[in-house]
Amino acid sequence: MSLNAIWTIYVFEMRRFFRTITQSFISPVLSTALYFVVFGAAIGSRIDEVEGVSYGAFIVPGLIMLSVMTQATTNASFGIYFPKFIGTIYELLSAPISFLEVVAGYVGAAATKALFIGVVILVTSFFFVEIQIAHPLAMIAFLILTCVSFALLGFIIGIWAGNFEQLQLIPLLVITPLVFLGGSFYSITMLPPVWQTITLFNPVVYLISGFRWSFFGQADVGIGASLFAIALFTAICLMVIWWIFRTGWRIRQ
Amino acid sequence: MSAIVSVQNLRKAYAGGFEALKSVNLDIEEGEILALLGPNGAGKTTLISTICGITVPTSGTVTVGGHDTQKAFRAARALIGLVPQEINLEPFETVMNTVRFSRGLFGKPRNDAYLEDILKQLSLYDKKDNKVMTLSGGMKRRVLIAKALSHEPRVLFLDEPTAGVDVELRKDMWEVVADLKASGVTIILTTHYIEEAEAIADRVGVINKGEILLVQDKADLMSQMGRKQLKIELAAPVDQVPAALADYHLTRAEDGLSLLYHYDTKGERTGITTLLADLQKAGLQMKDLQTQQSSLEDIFVGLVKETT
Repeated sequence: MSLNAIWTIYVFEMRRFFRTITQSFISPVLSTALYFVVFGAAIGSRIDEVEGVSYGAFIVPGLIMLSVMTQATTNASFGIYFPKFIGTIYELLSAPISFLEVVAGYVGAAATKALFIGVVILVTSFFFVEIQIAHPLAMIAFLILTCVSFALLGFIIGIWAGNFEQLQLIPLLVITPLVFLGGSFYSITMLPPVWQTITLFNPVVYLISGFRWSFFGQADVGIGASLFAIALFTAICLMVIWWIFRTGWRIRQ
Repeated sequence: MSAIVSVQNLRKAYAGGFEALKSVNLDIEEGEILALLGPNGAGKTTLISTICGITVPTSGTVTVGGHDTQKAFRAARALIGLVPQEINLEPFETVMNTVRFSRGLFGKPRNDAYLEDILKQLSLYDKKDNKVMTLSGGMKRRVLIAKALSHEPRVLFLDEPTAGVDVELRKDMWEVVADLKASGVTIILTTHYIEEAEAIADRVGVINKGEILLVQDKADLMSQMGRKQLKIELAAPVDQVPAALADYHLTRAEDGLSLLYHYDTKGERTGITTLLADLQKAGLQMKDLQTQQSSLEDIFVGLVKETT
């Protein structure tokens, strides 16, 4: 394995991120502020505490997850799709590296970008609400795992996508709805019983619940189930990537 | 000299059943410039892509520097630099960064002094901090070459390096190639400009419909395959070719002052000696003699025609 090559891809990708740093930085700060104004101040004032936590604070983990999941996916998918689109992928294919280095470089960079945005949102939220983090280490671990696993998913989407429309399709039609319906802005215990059961089929529920547990020490589903869910999701993504690597699907003729 | 690239029974069939390469065998000697000539769709790019690892062969083997490109792909690919036919470059990056990226991708430690030398050699140094998208087409092509050279390859593949490049830049490119050869790099270039192969190659390979028709020393090829033409200038014009010389199928110039004789250098006897004797017998006085050799282009067109 060539660490030098991984680092090269990583740095190259991060430079793309820093070229648009204003946009990368302002966009999450602004949207977080808007969410706090709408949900925290306007609507939140009419909502009682949720599970003993003020509504404004309760939505912080969900907000972070919402951005982190979409950012990790779109960054990774765009990162590997762009060389395919402009043709520079020839270089990745003819370099003395395996798919492992390529995945590590692109996924690592996309995960870093998402992590950065997650941290920015967390810091921004300190200006609006009072939050205490019950399990900081678990919080960091959950955040990093989510960044990595969704960057892996994004990488798969980027390899699969044949055009820019397909690139947007899954984040827009799958991830955003699952995150919104996954309890970002509410506790699933607030739902009617039937919907509570249905919601349990949404994998994002486990991720948000686990992340929220690291903040407030309470969760919709057990922390064990959350850990298992994220491990399973990561494993599935890795298996798909392994298969792509073996077959050269959509990359090597 | 030993073969640095060895292609054996290489076959490539695409999913649709199209056979782009049919059992290709090719040895490329260390330090030479080999020009692969062929019409569009002959399999030139597929052959290069397969050697470089972009395309997976259906069967057959390729070794580079003795390393199998499938089993020991890291060692094999580390020796290869590839300049693709299309101008594929990250538009928003600077020239220096994109060249640095290529070097790093090949696992080489950062060496800006070396990269700056390459940029100077390619007249790109003053553009090193410019974004790629601000460069002209010819400059972009040089950036591709700089990228391919960034990791100090021993074998350089140039896929149609001068396609769509103006005459002046083409000549510059030839100089670059000559410099590279002098520094010991083995160069394989594909082209459909025959004058290019004629100007810079040591050996010429002709490929058509996925098959290598021949690979030969350029000079040998031209002398062996070339048809020659003997122009006999006469002291006094003739109205027609004398009947005694009918066997030679001479053609008479319009002004009657010269006769043309075509002969094959491959033939055991060229017939020149007897022709000259017979000319004298026919009472024609010669003023001058000239021979002219057919170009690589004529040879190439002849070869490709034979296989179609």
